[in-house]
Amino acid sequence: MKGLKIIVLAKQVPDTRNVGKDAMKADGTVNRAALPAIFNPEDLNALEQALRIKDKNPGTTVTLLTMGPGRAAEIIREGMYRGADNGYLLTDRAFAGSDTLATSYAISCAIKKLEYDIIIAGRQAIDGDTAQVGPQVAEKLGLPQVTYAEGIDKITKNKIIIKRRLERGVETVSTTLPCVITVNATAPECRPRNAKYLMKYKHAKTVTELQGTAEDYIKLHEDRPYLRIPELSVADVQADLHWLGLAGSPTKVKTIENVVFAAKEAKQLTSDQKDLDWLMGELMANHTLG
Amino acid sequence: MNNIFVFCELDEGKIADVSQELLTKGRSLANELNCNLEAVVIGYKLEGIESQIAPYGADTIHVADDKRLEHYLTLPFTTIIVDLFKKNQPQIALFGATSVGRDLGPRVSSALQSGLTADCTSLVIGDHEDKKAEKVYKNLLYQIRPAFGGNIIATIINPDCRPQMATVREGVMKKEIFNKNHKAKVASIEVNKVVTDTDFLVEIIERHMEPRKIDIKKSQVIVAGGYGVGSRENFNLLFDLAHVLGGEVGASRAAVDAGFVDHARQVGQTGVTVRPKLYIACGISGQVQHTAGMEESAMIIAINTDPTAPINKIADYAITGEVSEVIPRLIEAYKKFSK
Ligand SMILES: Cc1cc2nc3c(=O)[nH]c(=O)nc-3n(C[C@H](O)[C@H](O)[C@H](O)COP(=O)(O)OP(=O)(O)OC[C@H]3O[C@@H](n4cnc5c(N)ncnc54)[C@H](O)[C@@H]3O)c2cc1C
Ligand SMILES: Nc1ncnc2c1ncn2[C@@H]1O[C@H](COP(=O)(O)O)[C@@H](O)[C@H]1O
Repeated sequence: MKGLKIIVLAKQVPDTRNVGKDAMKADGTVNRAALPAIFNPEDLNALEQALRIKDKNPGTTVTLLTMGPGRAAEIIREGMYRGADNGYLLTDRAFAGSDTLATSYAISCAIKKLEYDIIIAGRQAIDGDTAQVGPQVAEKLGLPQVTYAEGIDKITKNKIIIKRRLERGVETVSTTLPCVITVNATAPECRPRNAKYLMKYKHAKTVTELQGTAEDYIKLHEDRPYLRIPELSVADVQADLHWLGLAGSPTKVKTIENVVFAAKEAKQLTSDQKDLDWLMGELMANHTLG
Repeated sequence: MNNIFVFCELDEGKIADVSQELLTKGRSLANELNCNLEAVVIGYKLEGIESQIAPYGADTIHVADDKRLEHYLTLPFTTIIVDLFKKNQPQIALFGATSVGRDLGPRVSSALQSGLTADCTSLVIGDHEDKKAEKVYKNLLYQIRPAFGGNIIATIINPDCRPQMATVREGVMKKEIFNKNHKAKVASIEVNKVVTDTDFLVEIIERHMEPRKIDIKKSQVIVAGGYGVGSRENFNLLFDLAHVLGGEVGASRAAVDAGFVDHARQVGQTGVTVRPKLYIACGISGQVQHTAGMEESAMIIAINTDPTAPINKIADYAITGEVSEVIPRLIEAYKKFSK
């Protein structure tokens, strides 16, 4: 079979799993600066699935697509170190404040400008835990979707067989190409960086990142076009401003509260039998037990 | 009229708990908004299914019954719901945050260009003033959910688009019979007129589902263990205590991740939400992701070696001590009293 064109959707997210004491500011807002920005974990599982298809089908290309600020180019490089062929950074001020619907609209506009047979996303991003962007991109492109994928069993000319992990079991489905797949954390972990790719791509940069760098560095980029990480703007993907950013987001955040416990006075007890006998007596007396 | 719609999911041929919980919630929202509650159920051989829906307060039940819809499939289910919502213009639509609801909800929301809030922990009706646009919105659905790994609680609204859509996890809302004899109108959907062949691009080749094994939600007493319990063996103490008190064993994610107990017992944001009469938290520090799933328990006892553990802030009784010492003494105390 000829090689396939795979697009992997990946997001750079704050590491919400390692929220330390300084992660919240005194005013109750999130201190993003105190949180490391990482490759969304399940998007790495998605990348691994794409790389496995590439391993089995020579000629396949794996392209990362990420929407975010300039800094998000970091995860495109990270993906290239692990085996992706290239990546696009979808970045524009007009995207700021997008909810999942506006995000998936922007991403679908970008995908329409690229070639693809399979689009693979992570199940969900850990900053919002919504798991919506994958299915919404599929809907916007009019493609079938297969969510919670744990592995791809087989691909033929225009059929793909996928194993899905559901709450209480597994399901094997087949569908046609092109399609959108979202991948679970239960799928195999992503392979580590490859030293060869690290050497090859460590100078990969976006135009914005190149600004103000030394002339010989810019020359290096001219000689090696594969080091260019293309940036896509609203105009490049011909997206309609009406459906982007805050204006294009039907959901609005009304209020945000830092999680604080409404402290109540707990009755303090020791582990002495006497205390515990007393406690049991209380539970019986107030009918919590018995 | 713009009513409230609840998507009723099937679980081994029966209406899933989460859907009945949403019907209960939907009923109370409908009463507050003075509108009707409508249910949608899609599947095969659904005769009589209304008896599992109407008692929870649905006024109308839309039924799509077709051999091809026996198992959930994204595309035909989306097509049927989108068609129904376009015709009926609901103001609110609720889905379970299950593997089905979280696959279907976003697809429907995208097709209708309407917003969707995932994994809400609370749904409340309220107003909103948009100061910039000088507009006041009455009776919006406040979709309240934890975000940022549970470190913040956000209230999301959907001022301009309809339906206002939300998913809710199983166990978050209470399930209550509204009226045993409540009558609902059954409206059948003509599946053939709505779905097309292209809706069947995904085919199920094989399905292997395991029956639900443990369900701690129904238990009035839960003895939950955390990382501080220390080992799988030590968890036996918790099973002993749960046994004498007639309860079940729950766990924190750290305990589940460490392999001390089964995932089905996990309590919290990514586990089940419980509200028993008594919750005994053993060696659990009390991170928000855990307490989100148990703070509504009527009585909370914490056993922890650290007197400053956050769990003590929501506990009624805080026992400072080792789990392995305290539990056998609690069992002994119970035996004294129940004699
Ligand atoms: C997105 C997200 C979702 C999550 N969802 C969940 C969820 O659904 N449920 C959940 O529980 N967690 C969840 N977590 C994880 C959560 O943040 C905590 O990491 C977890 O609850 C901690 O578990 P623990 O209290 O058992 O462990 P620890 O925090 O390690 O606490 C152990 C406690 O045991 C005490 N202890 C130690 N030894 C003893 C002893 N011998 N006797 C008595 N006490 C002892 C210690 O003082 C300490 O307080 C989630 C996290 C994230 C980021
Ligand atoms: N800004 C983004 N750029 C690229 N991919 C994204 C973006 N946001 C979400 N995704 C993809 O959609 C999946 C689900 O995201 P979410 O709906 O935010 O939970 C993620 O795992 C990514 O694969």
